[in-house]
Amino acid sequence: MNQTKLEIAEIALKEEDRDEDNIWWWLVHRGIVSSFICISVFALLVRAAVSLHPYSGAGKPPKYGDFEAQRHWMEITLNLPASDWYRNSTSNNLSYWGLDYPPLTAYQSYVHGLFLRTFHPDSVSLYDSRGHESYFGKLLMRWTVLSSDALMFFPAVLYFVVVYYSGSRSGRKSDVAWHIAMILLNPCLILIDHGHFQVYNCISLGLAVGAAAAILSNKDLLGSVLFCLALNHKQMSAYFAPAFFSHLLGKCLRHQNPLLDVTKLGLVVIGTFALVWWPYLQSVDAFLQVLSRLAPFERGIYEDYVANFWCTSSVLIKWKRLLTVPSLKLLSFGATISACLPSMIQQIRAPSNQGFLYGLLNSSLSFYLFSYQVHEKSILLPLIPVSLLAGDEPFLFKWMMHYALLSMFPLLCRDELILPYISLYVLFILLYHAPAGRQHTRDAQSLANLKSFVMAFLVICSLVLHIVYLALCPPEKYPFLFEALIMLLCFSQFVFLAGYANLKQWTLLKDSTSENKEKKYL
Amino acid sequence: MTDPKTPKNQITNPSNPIADLAWFFLIATSIKLLLIPTYRSTDFEVHRHWLALTHSLPLSLWYSDETSPWTLDYPPFFAYFERFLSLFPPLFDPTIVHLHNGLNYSSNSLIVFHRLTVIVFDTVLIYGVYRLTRKLGLRERVLIWVLVVWSPGLLIVDHMHFQYNGFLLGLLLLSLSWLEDGKDLMGGFVFAVLLCFKHLFAVAAPVYFVYLLRHYCRGGLVKGFGRLVMMGTVVVAVFVAAYGPFVYYGQIQQVFHRMFPFGRGLCHAYWAPNFWVFYILLDKGLAFMLAKLGFSIQAPTASFTGGLVGDSSPFAVLPRVTPLITFVLVMLALFPCLIKAWKNPQPKMITRWVAYAYTCGFLFGWHVHEKASLHFVIPLAIVAIQSMEDARHYFLLSIVSCYSLFPLLFQAQEYPIKVLLLLLHAILMWFGFSSQFSSISAVKARVPRQKKGDKSGWKGSSNIVTQNGGFIIGWIEKSYLLGLLVVEIWGQFLHPIVLGNRLPFVPLMMISIYCALGMMYSWIWQLRQIIRKR
Repeated sequence: MNQTKLEIAEIALKEEDRDEDNIWWWLVHRGIVSSFICISVFALLVRAAVSLHPYSGAGKPPKYGDFEAQRHWMEITLNLPASDWYRNSTSNNLSYWGLDYPPLTAYQSYVHGLFLRTFHPDSVSLYDSRGHESYFGKLLMRWTVLSSDALMFFPAVLYFVVVYYSGSRSGRKSDVAWHIAMILLNPCLILIDHGHFQVYNCISLGLAVGAAAAILSNKDLLGSVLFCLALNHKQMSAYFAPAFFSHLLGKCLRHQNPLLDVTKLGLVVIGTFALVWWPYLQSVDAFLQVLSRLAPFERGIYEDYVANFWCTSSVLIKWKRLLTVPSLKLLSFGATISACLPSMIQQIRAPSNQGFLYGLLNSSLSFYLFSYQVHEKSILLPLIPVSLLAGDEPFLFKWMMHYALLSMFPLLCRDELILPYISLYVLFILLYHAPAGRQHTRDAQSLANLKSFVMAFLVICSLVLHIVYLALCPPEKYPFLFEALIMLLCFSQFVFLAGYANLKQWTLLKDSTSENKEKKYL
Repeated sequence: MTDPKTPKNQITNPSNPIADLAWFFLIATSIKLLLIPTYRSTDFEVHRHWLALTHSLPLSLWYSDETSPWTLDYPPFFAYFERFLSLFPPLFDPTIVHLHNGLNYSSNSLIVFHRLTVIVFDTVLIYGVYRLTRKLGLRERVLIWVLVVWSPGLLIVDHMHFQYNGFLLGLLLLSLSWLEDGKDLMGGFVFAVLLCFKHLFAVAAPVYFVYLLRHYCRGGLVKGFGRLVMMGTVVVAVFVAAYGPFVYYGQIQQVFHRMFPFGRGLCHAYWAPNFWVFYILLDKGLAFMLAKLGFSIQAPTASFTGGLVGDSSPFAVLPRVTPLITFVLVMLALFPCLIKAWKNPQPKMITRWVAYAYTCGFLFGWHVHEKASLHFVIPLAIVAIQSMEDARHYFLLSIVSCYSLFPLLFQAQEYPIKVLLLLLHAILMWFGFSSQFSSISAVKARVPRQKKGDKSGWKGSSNIVTQNGGFIIGWIEKSYLLGLLVVEIWGQFLHPIVLGNRLPFVPLMMISIYCALGMMYSWIWQLRQIIRKR
């Protein structure tokens, strides 16, 4: 035992030395927090630069796009009482971008609306501001996203990194810096939030990351409060719910008094929900009204060309014609649950920090692949746990990012965001392969021949698809041929990755149990 | 997938400087690509017009055309350069190079093409940096790259405001790199080429002349004279290549007339932060005082804030400044440096001397633009890591220089970008310098007093290094930098609230004056440094 300890110390010393000769020494020599500050200023700069580019639906009346939706919500929340936010009325036409996110989004819109009203009242005045597109109004909207990113997502990531790399986990400091850069400069998140301009994903994802970090540091109550807030900002955060649920349940079961712990967690969850939903708890009607806005089942099982199971298989099986909406709902619900069941069982049986992160990935991926009404942008949710895992699974991360970007390419093309798409893609690849960066990133070369051949082939496929999509007109008979091809390629990769991640989570269990046995044996 | 159990302590490949530098450049490039849709100044249209001008007119008419107010006023090599660039637009959008239809044209194709030319020609800067840093250690090298390749000033001026400074400064750095290597002929040649690209760089010509005369043309009368002839031939050949065609067409007078428009006045609409700011202030103050005392002071007819100043004197009390006076002042300021270069021409000092020359030109020159501060900030980055004092001075200077560029981007859209650029630069410098000097002190602690006295340049600073064990700036510098923050907050936020629309020129004036203080400090510091060093 002593000998191994000495060896570990020696390795640590060597790693320190290597840090000193590292090209990144100047960045990391003051510790995690300073390198985080440096990288986050750079990440903010990139975000600010992306926000110069067009947003979705710019100059496209009558409905414009997601940008107008956000602005409209600010207008509604600012000018109407809370009870009218979700109700169709003369001053709130729900068919024109009615509010369809939970109350926390509405509160956030209200706060941002206050900010806009202070500096540019025209952009949020009731009725008159529909389709408002002024230079200053647009800037202020962009700045609200920038500030929420800096105030929610960045601190959450810092919390996560500090928790994740404290204690037993040793490694080169530059690897930590690399990991921070990977999480903060996630091209998909930047493009959607600061380019396309969708519902402040940075807030809900930041809350989710914060919740994950809290749970990793054993602050389960704080974690569940944060996660409830994330759920109340975007119902899409439910993609993570099975992982949180199973991990917390698994942990509680191992405590001395499981029932007490579960009750505590349950009370905290109910309390948080009650606080957020307070204005709508006065009457059953109001509550149901909000609830019905949050679940827009009438929009169909899928939209556009999203790389999930329903959309891809609809090439062969016309789900929408074969089955009614209620049965489709049931079917998709069943499929989703059965897809995330293995990872839930693993976490209930043997909750572990690493397993929890894999669980987040698996449950969000299975939601993306099988749940009802999935949008292309929902790939952001599985991307977050993958980026949290990037330290251990750099290749998985890169692969997933590659196809997540590809799957959003048609959407971003429509928004005229090709230029930021290319530059963020390049930036991501560069940062991933930073000089003297992780050793892991160089291991790709040591892969077996066949494997590397297949991968090179897939990468070339995706690059060709990019170019084809931009350069060629699809045949008249199949106007969405290229979208379908992109979808097929991405779907195949996501399924493969989901399988791999599930497998990995279960082998973790085996590793840990065998380690435990060894310890006992010793 | 990767195997998590790969041994973590495998030996890292020795890093390849070219690949690493390319990485730094590409990171900057991806940011530059993102900045393509930012605000463009009139310089964008100026350069587009030059593309059209050189494309559609014969060479003999380049310097006499008046289709647009933006006449060609750069030396011939730059015109040839524009002629070369103008070969490409006809392939995708011929309107760009159409003399009349192209006026004030701003299609996406033009914007992307024009910005891409700047990005591509930044490779010259990268090559210059590579040549200058290729013999340094890993850490010094990386620090210089961070300072130059990621320079916020260049990003603001070249990739937002629009100009080709990266390319031109790249030529300057190349020339310096050859001088540092002792290859004077090559250095002189590149500098001559640079002068034929942009004549503003001529401020350093006296330094080059003295240095080359004393360093290159030495070794006896005959050999020295031979070398003088050699250098002369090279330089003359360059100038003939540039100006020859215009002499042939009898246009040379017109060329010089365009290149030196002295009618433009002492200061720009936004005062560059230099010596003349204080002169103007003194004049205003004196006029005010004398008026209080009962003297009748005639208000000047020309105003400084109104842009181009005509022939009438803008001063109420103090004597009028003519281009000749500014020239004499610049030469006077340069004098100590020229003496040093004459007495002891050393390759390792040339970068400092050239940077000092540009500082003098910036402080005392005629119609100086704030962008010209890049001409000395970029070369000084090369020597900034040599000692703690250098680093401290550079930290201050580069922040002031970058901040003085803020008024170039006056629109709200770019506000977060310029602030974040400056902030990032300051943080990078802080971390970079502190890692550099904390490690030096660590090394010194390990090997106590071994090197004492063998490098006179280190002597002054080594005390500080071992005492503090890190990068520390004094309280004067700190409070000065905090003052920048105050100036910015006042100008951006408090001024509109407190004074409304009254005195709209005050925020800009405050930036000028405050930055001029920093620039004067930098000039004095550099002068002292040059005089002290042997």
